[in-house]
Amino acid sequence: MSDVLAINDLHVEVAGKPILKGVSLSIQRGEIHALMGPNGSGKSTLGFAIMGHPGYEVTGGQIELNGQDLLAMEPHERSRAGLFLAFQRPVAIPGVKMADFLRHAVTNVRRPERKEGEELIPMREFRKELREKMENLRVDQEFARRYVNDGFSGGESKRAEILQMAMLRPKFAILDETDSGLDVDAVRLASQSIAQIGGHEMGILIITHHEQLLEYNHPNFTHVMLGGRVVETGGPELAMELHKQGYDRIRAAYPEAHADEANMALSANAGWGS
Amino acid sequence: MVTDIKPHPQSNVLGEINKYDFRNEEHFVFKARKGLDRQIVEEISEMKREPQWMREFRLKSLDIFNSKPMPKWGGAINIDFQNVYYYLKPTEGQSKSWDDVPADIKNTFDRLGIPEAEKKFLSGVKAQYESEVIYGSLREDLAKQGVIFTDTDAAVQEHPDLLREYFSTIIPPTDNKFAALNSAVWSGGSFVYVPKGVKIDFPLQAYFRINAANMGQFERTLIIVDEGAEVHYVEGCTAPMYSTESLHSAVVEVIAKRGSRVRYTTIQNWANNIYNLVTKRAVAYGDSLVEWVDGNLGSRLTMKYPAIYMMEPGARGEVLSVAFASNGQHQDAGAKVVHCAPHTSSRIVSKSISKNGGRASYRGLCKVMPGAKKSKSNVVCDALILDPQSRSDTYPYLEIEEQDVSIGHEASVSRIGEEQLFYLASRGLSETEASTMIVSGFIEPLVKELPMEYAVEMNRLIELQMEGTVG
Ligand SMILES: Nc1ncnc2c1ncn2[C@@H]1O[C@H](COP(=O)(O)OP(=O)(O)OP(=O)(O)O)[C@@H](O)[C@H]1O
Ligand SMILES: [Mg+2]
Repeated sequence: MSDVLAINDLHVEVAGKPILKGVSLSIQRGEIHALMGPNGSGKSTLGFAIMGHPGYEVTGGQIELNGQDLLAMEPHERSRAGLFLAFQRPVAIPGVKMADFLRHAVTNVRRPERKEGEELIPMREFRKELREKMENLRVDQEFARRYVNDGFSGGESKRAEILQMAMLRPKFAILDETDSGLDVDAVRLASQSIAQIGGHEMGILIITHHEQLLEYNHPNFTHVMLGGRVVETGGPELAMELHKQGYDRIRAAYPEAHADEANMALSANAGWGS
Repeated sequence: MVTDIKPHPQSNVLGEINKYDFRNEEHFVFKARKGLDRQIVEEISEMKREPQWMREFRLKSLDIFNSKPMPKWGGAINIDFQNVYYYLKPTEGQSKSWDDVPADIKNTFDRLGIPEAEKKFLSGVKAQYESEVIYGSLREDLAKQGVIFTDTDAAVQEHPDLLREYFSTIIPPTDNKFAALNSAVWSGGSFVYVPKGVKIDFPLQAYFRINAANMGQFERTLIIVDEGAEVHYVEGCTAPMYSTESLHSAVVEVIAKRGSRVRYTTIQNWANNIYNLVTKRAVAYGDSLVEWVDGNLGSRLTMKYPAIYMMEPGARGEVLSVAFASNGQHQDAGAKVVHCAPHTSSRIVSKSISKNGGRASYRGLCKVMPGAKKSKSNVVCDALILDPQSRSDTYPYLEIEEQDVSIGHEASVSRIGEEQLFYLASRGLSETEASTMIVSGFIEPLVKELPMEYAVEMNRLIELQMEGTVG
């Protein structure tokens, strides 16, 4: 049986402000979905809500992994169940070495029942695997000794996210603008690596404003988000069209979502001002 | 054997779950009665067969102690000085080999991992069990190079001239009430002398331990590092938990002569009812470097401000300290740097963590004397507060009497960020695991300065503090 991540009529609020207004998506393992949409349309919010960020309150709808209710699970339990989110802005944890952090993460994800303080996976085995993965991704070995995302360049932190995904081998991955901040060669390498790691193993939701990442990861579906809703779903050709033509057609075709977009931007700005 | 030991109440043991919370049967050869007066002090000196000058020094110190008020800063001290044992001597003399150490004491050391430490470093391990050093060994070639590493009582007998030349010159009994107390009743501690040009490339270690209820521990450490010599002295302290107050009041004096390097590393993990009131001071002569690396966990109240006096040009001083305050604990820790000469430099890095209603304060003094031109000092203190019940304060004092200096001070207070916790959770880490990791990262700048086994120990202690659910 193929695994499935199903999101149904999801409503999400941030600080009492509605952001997602009924999002439905269903991703099979082995599929690639591209999620596009203008800035502020709610793409990252969807990623955070799926992963269980406590600041993103789900006020309606369901998220299920093979029929299991993800909303009832803590973020670390969702991770152990096979979910992964590559952050748009990875968070720095000063003083914590990548290798130590990853060893904990890998152990927990591979042994979901593990309690605090219980054994970690053997050091040698872990080191060997990490070294191989770093070579594949052409990440400098020094990376393992650096502190998690601390002082990383934009590109470095994105590569570190891909490295983590490679080590954790999730069932479903959400890549939130993993291509932004990478130079031309790095995007190509990232694109290839994601394809390699993912292959037919994972279901991937790629959030992107660019097309390069999709070069080696042809989306089975492209979704367009506007004003907190998925307004249109198509094939790879939809991604191409949006890259070339932008969102004017979409805004014209979905005036209600367009109005919501304007409101969200307004209230976001009001927040800044006050 | 002594008869006035009351059975310890076994129930009602509060506080964090702590792997060091174990006790051994007490096994003493001699135990002074409780309390503090001339007779007790004379008895202690008598027992140790001390020379006249030391006996007089003790008695004079007792007078000073009685005449001095309690410190007005720091934390609340509630000690009945007449309800404390000032001297215990657990075995006859000092054991020469591991086999001679009594079984219950061995048992304690085994649990502290002393033999492992010794095997690993094959170096001088001195362990203080209550008031007397009972087990020690020193690598032979060190002795051949003229290095002295012994307990201070033995040094009074065996190296009287050397000891007397420096003893209490850095911290006289008049310095503060607790230095006076220590001077009157001191027992044990390490005496280290490193001759000119000798560089010891492994840490000298001592393990201190308190194990009798109502027992004060007053060790006295004196380290003399001669010109161009180098040493790293390491001391760990753990104490089992008792239901009555215990007092630990040590004095540590360090003399770093020209061109020498001294690092003094302490990790202390005290039981929740211990008052830990320690005076530590170093003088650094021309082009020498003195470093205090200081980790404080546990205790009811710790007041400790390692000091460095930079006496001649080119002297440098560094203090790295970490304090962890949990339920019922107050860590009042910091540093003092005094620039007495031009072209001297100092650095203070202080990190504190408070949790479950614990209180951590940084109290630091940077003083630059007139004429100490081109002196540099940099202070960074960061506090991490884990919950709204906990507290952190900073008391930085600057006394700068010279214009031509460069002084920097940065302080930050942070809480564990929701974004950090979520990031780690999204990688499968539970909340406790994630916050432990963030705390470990926070103190990493200190931990990475520790010898390997102490770094492991420190991280383990932090984990235990973080897991502790009772507090
Ligand atoms: N933590 C937050 N606090 C306040 N407002 C938020 C927060 N997260 C999201 N929002 C608001 O929700 C809306 C959607 O933001 P989101 O980050 O999901 O957009 P996005 O589609 O990922 O945009 P981009 O393409 O710029 O990354 C915006 O108006 C944003 O200001
Ligand atoms: Mg976004």
